[in-house]
Amino acid sequence: MIDVLYFAWVRERIGLPREKVETSAETVADLVEELKAREERYAVAFADVSALRVAVDQELTEFSAPLAGAREVAFFPPMTGG
Amino acid sequence: MVVRVQQAAFDLGAELERFSAARKDAGAVVSFTGLVRDDAGGALDRMVIEHYPGMTERAILEIEAEAVERWALKDVLIIHRFGDLRPGDRIMMVATAARHRKEAFEAAEFLMDYLKSRAPFWKKEFTRDGAEWVASKDEDEAALGRW
Repeated sequence: MIDVLYFAWVRERIGLPREKVETSAETVADLVEELKAREERYAVAFADVSALRVAVDQELTEFSAPLAGAREVAFFPPMTGG
Repeated sequence: MVVRVQQAAFDLGAELERFSAARKDAGAVVSFTGLVRDDAGGALDRMVIEHYPGMTERAILEIEAEAVERWALKDVLIIHRFGDLRPGDRIMMVATAARHRKEAFEAAEFLMDYLKSRAPFWKKEFTRDGAEWVASKDEDEAALGRW
């Protein structure tokens, strides 16, 4: 069971800020495929992952990153701080 | 070294006064302040800044640690707000203290470049015509390449 968090327009498209997901996905990309298969709103939010960034346990990483041992995965658009 | 992520406004003068007061090891203090800019010609009503509590502080501390090491900074202050802001409001500030001005200026620029695209904040603008997430710019990502 991992916590999956969504921010900015990803949160708006999926319709919730966080949820617990039961998954055996080995990588972030596998998790994305599982989520996309769930419902249309996920498929829409993850339609173009090149427009998204991902953090595993609060560290920015790649979609190819492994999920073994991860507690928290967050999806969001490129950051606009400053 | 202070990092603050907060909803409340901050007093720029008081922060800089405190930051530079009674400092004997640094000859230079540089500061930058970011404001909510109205690009819509008066139509911007407000800006909402969302962030990722936990990761935000962590990401900023990592960026700060790198700057301190690279420019041998004597001190750093970073304040970044989230929540509801109006045009002209201060969004954030950074201040750096170093032995000489070159280090202080460069480190402040480095901090700003990294905070822009590596600290998990997202801005949404609300204008008379509707609401829109501010898109990141390719040049912001490219700016990281010079460091």
